[in-house]
Amino acid sequence: MTQLVTSVPRVPVQLRVNGLLYERIVEPRKLLSDFIRQDIGLTGTHVGCEHGVCGACTVVVNGEPIKSCLMLAVQARGAEILTVEGLARGGKLHPVQEAFHEHHGLQCGFCTPGMLLAAVTLLEENPDPTDEEIKLGMDGNLCRCTGYYNIVDAIRAAAKALRSTTSPPAR
Amino acid sequence: MKPARFEYHAPESVDQALGLLNDLREDDVKILAGGQSLMPLLNMRLARPRHLVDINGLRELAYVKADTAGGLAIGAMTRHRALERSPDVARAAPLLAEAVPLIGDRQIRFRGTIGGSLAHADPVAEIPTVAAALDAELVLASAHRRRTVQAVDFPLGVLTTVLEPNEMVIEIRIPPPSPGTGFAFLELTRQHGAFAIVSAAVALTLERRTIAASRICLGGIAPTPLRASRAETLLVGAQPSASLFAEAGRLAAADSDPEGDVHGSAAYRREMAEVFTRRALHLARDRAQGGGVR
Repeated sequence: MTQLVTSVPRVPVQLRVNGLLYERIVEPRKLLSDFIRQDIGLTGTHVGCEHGVCGACTVVVNGEPIKSCLMLAVQARGAEILTVEGLARGGKLHPVQEAFHEHHGLQCGFCTPGMLLAAVTLLEENPDPTDEEIKLGMDGNLCRCTGYYNIVDAIRAAAKALRSTTSPPAR
Repeated sequence: MKPARFEYHAPESVDQALGLLNDLREDDVKILAGGQSLMPLLNMRLARPRHLVDINGLRELAYVKADTAGGLAIGAMTRHRALERSPDVARAAPLLAEAVPLIGDRQIRFRGTIGGSLAHADPVAEIPTVAAALDAELVLASAHRRRTVQAVDFPLGVLTTVLEPNEMVIEIRIPPPSPGTGFAFLELTRQHGAFAIVSAAVALTLERRTIAASRICLGGIAPTPLRASRAETLLVGAQPSASLFAEAGRLAAADSDPEGDVHGSAAYRREMAEVFTRRALHLARDRAQGGGVR
């Protein structure tokens, strides 16, 4: 039915990740998740299911949390991307990272980068969520270790910490 | 799991996109909208198109407009997230507003689009069922013409629609809600955000305690969203009652044609079609009595 496509032109992809500008030449079929890991070398973004179910590969593209395995790198040309490596500043953990640490919001840590970015964006749009809102807001991220309770605890604590800081933390 | 090679096209306007689709109409093409269904298929190589036409550059198709009659025109590239936050959708299409937060998960709603969901034509997805229940019209465009089709007539089967190879969905039109109408969208899922095992979308219009109009559309129990027309007919002109709604549920279930899978047998789905139709009718009736449109 389909003829094999043997070669296609590679395309330049220029984008910012955690404030730094990167340009790489890639095939159009390159997933954003693979671009971030393989072409830029930032392996904090984890790849779990690779079909948009687990949320481990969640990154923030132009302020919006998305699953980077469901986006092509070429679609992110010109974008501002935040990955887990961009959360800590000057050796100091982001308040959401700090809260996951304090409340044991991770065990194996595989889902954690996606969890953190989903949580950070959730608290940006809803600084004082109920537990129910936290659970709904985190419905795109799976964790097979914690049973989620400690993750909800961590996000509730992070929300409180973020509200009590007078100036919003840089992210 | 990586997509097979494809030729990538990124048109920047509807005209450019339609020209491209026309040029490639004899070829093997997939349109990439939000990508929340197509990208998994590409990653698993269940879809291996020769050409991928990425329409995310068509900003002109991302809008929700209220029309003068009180209905809505929604651009095909409007993301679920925008629908979720739109006061116009909440006011003019409460059924859609109730269903959208149930789509996928938070990340998926940031990317997924209304036009993409319709064109993908998955019978267990929320949007096609809601669109058929609302008597929505879809505007389809090619380089040569525009035409409108009823949402209920748009899907032909599982993942198959009336779209010609050179056409794409550009707009969804939702008629204004009639006064005295209550809406309800309910679905049975194994967990929040999962595809529906059964979904029921209902609109019930009451005039002086009598049912003046009814629309019932079921998802997940047939290859395409199913309008339960015998149940709709039964209700019109009658007084709402538990026994009437029970009978409507039985008729709707009798019209369904579910297939069993690992999540539920055909018999279970038919049973749930009855239960969810009945529950949705009760809820829509309560909402209609609570002051109409909502």
